Amino acid sequence: MLKVSQRTRQILVPLISILAGFLIGAIVMLIFSYSPLQAYGSMIKGSLGTMASIGETLRQATPLIFTALGFSIANSAGFFNIGLSGQALAGWVGSVWVALAFPNLPTFILLPLAIIVGAAAGALMGAIPGFLRAFFGTSEVIVTIMLNYVMLYSSTYMMQSVMPKSFRVSQDATKTISSHATLHVNWLSNMFGGSRVHFGLFLALIALVVVWMIMKKTTLGFEIRSVGLNPYGSEYAGMSSKKTIIMSMVLSGTLAGLGGVMEGLGTYQNFFIQTASLSIGFDGMAVSLLGSGSALGILLSALLFSVLKIGGLGMQTGAGVPFEIVNIVIASIIFFVAIDYVIGLLFKQKKAEKAIPETPIAVETTEIKQDEQEGGRL
Amino acid sequence: MNWVSMLALIVSATLVYSTPLIFTALGGTFSERGGIVNVGLEGIMVMGAFSSVIFNLTFADTFGAATPWLAALVAGIVGVVFSCIHAVATINFRADHIISGTVINLLAPALSVFLVKAIYAKGQTDNIAQNFGYFTFPGLAKIPVLGPIFFKDTSLMAYIAIVVAFIAYWVMFKTKFGLRLRSVGENPQAADTLGINVYRYRYAGVLLSGFLGGIGGAIFAQSIAGNFSVGTIVGQGYISMAAMIFGKWNPIGAMGAALFFGFAQSLSIIGAQLPGISSIPSVYLQIAPYILTIVVLVLFLGKAVAPKADGTNYIKSK
Repeated sequence: MLKVSQRTRQILVPLISILAGFLIGAIVMLIFSYSPLQAYGSMIKGSLGTMASIGETLRQATPLIFTALGFSIANSAGFFNIGLSGQALAGWVGSVWVALAFPNLPTFILLPLAIIVGAAAGALMGAIPGFLRAFFGTSEVIVTIMLNYVMLYSSTYMMQSVMPKSFRVSQDATKTISSHATLHVNWLSNMFGGSRVHFGLFLALIALVVVWMIMKKTTLGFEIRSVGLNPYGSEYAGMSSKKTIIMSMVLSGTLAGLGGVMEGLGTYQNFFIQTASLSIGFDGMAVSLLGSGSALGILLSALLFSVLKIGGLGMQTGAGVPFEIVNIVIASIIFFVAIDYVIGLLFKQKKAEKAIPETPIAVETTEIKQDEQEGGRL
Repeated sequence: MNWVSMLALIVSATLVYSTPLIFTALGGTFSERGGIVNVGLEGIMVMGAFSSVIFNLTFADTFGAATPWLAALVAGIVGVVFSCIHAVATINFRADHIISGTVINLLAPALSVFLVKAIYAKGQTDNIAQNFGYFTFPGLAKIPVLGPIFFKDTSLMAYIAIVVAFIAYWVMFKTKFGLRLRSVGENPQAADTLGINVYRYRYAGVLLSGFLGGIGGAIFAQSIAGNFSVGTIVGQGYISMAAMIFGKWNPIGAMGAALFFGFAQSLSIIGAQLPGISSIPSVYLQIAPYILTIVVLVLFLGKAVAPKADGTNYIKSK
């Protein structure tokens, strides 16, 4: 047993989870007589080998940072936002719609407008479960899952039947957006060997800082964290938990919507029929869980998952291993993060260092007592 | 089309589409009555669909018409094995139920498509040779009007599903096992104090949900999809979960809700053949089950109806 401090433990648990996830992937590959070394080698080469592949990896990380931030805000308030993919889809459709409707507006008006509309669409999708949770106590998990499917089918319908016919090139895809609405910038693409990396990358980095500021330096962030830690205590201290619940879901939806905007205005430059929930939704959740919600953690794990995703394509062509192994590795990593209690048993905690009270408010409650009953605790 | 054959079309399509939902939703009730939230039903259905199609393709020549039935059983067993991951994580390892369930949902499509590619070197299987097909009840089909609507060229599996729902109700509310399972989901401490092995009953609930969910996936694959690809199971597991909630965690309620959702799903498929329905854009029928679930949750269910300890980990004191 290792003796480690709380801080080291927080870093060690994700690292061990990552290693264990890769190990599971390697075992699965060995069972089917693929070579894990060759596979992981071509994964690294495929994602970081050339400037173009680094560019694609950064491009992949961009929306993941947004959706992961979205998940972490809701999570801080104690909510499980599984609706990231629906909210991102709303952002994608919204931003592309605006871009197609006003193709000739100047860039400095059209681009911000399209981004804001996309963000607002995501916010609206996030507000619904937040509102229902606050006023009716409806489980946000169920509502967001259901809304994912509502949005999935509606997006196809909106493109095929609500948008003017002139927006589409076929029944399956819209036209490419005009150069006034794109996030694509030539110098950046050229720097990374003509890859699809776009200006959104910088927006994502800004978002990381802004969200960190909101959560740590503003009253709203304080209230969100406080409601997440103890809703009753917060209410007692005079905060409106209803307002906080809705605000956290709105912020969460906004960020997820921006993730979709990155796909619409950045990566693909159009909208096309989606047959399943957007992968950036669940991947963003995975990124946030692995990064344990911190800004640096989210940045690093978004980069890691992008290496996996982009490298997975290289692995398929380079080593002949099916791409799905990447998702097996990701799922395994999250599994190990989820059972951190077991991984934590590997270490012994050092005698409490000077405990810094992380809890924003020290309202005495009797809540804890209720969980304790004879025989065990919940 | 006269109205009898129209009704017959609606009833048989409803039954075909409801059957997988009924089995999976029943699985959900067992898991959640024992206190373990199972968002992983979707993933379990994927594994069930996958394993049944592989079994069907491999053994269709050996077992002939019995193949789909055996394949469903195999899928149930695969579901049990797969649900073990969720059980171990939530019951022994104190994982968050929703995160663990989401892991199941991420893992199942990845693993199954990986295996399909590893076995067949392509992303989608061939079409199966033996499926459940249609069944005509001898004798009953001769009843005027009712016969052709309910008993001619219909889904035998659907009637079995309805019977299983009643059995599940009996098990849950009239047997010692059911009483103990429910007590473990309501108040594990009290149950433990009375000498009930909380962990064992929670395992039983989750593994039963794996078995029934696996069968549900197998039925969908072998009566509707006909093959397996990444797009075979898209959301049926979540709809089943919705049916379970809609049915207030009661097997018969869940069955009723599943029949209703099956009806809504089948309308978006057969709607084109029905006068009146064909003029409604299919998107409304597609999203109806999901919207309805939200509305029902908001209007009729607060947070109070779920088993009291649903979604919480039980940690036995030393």
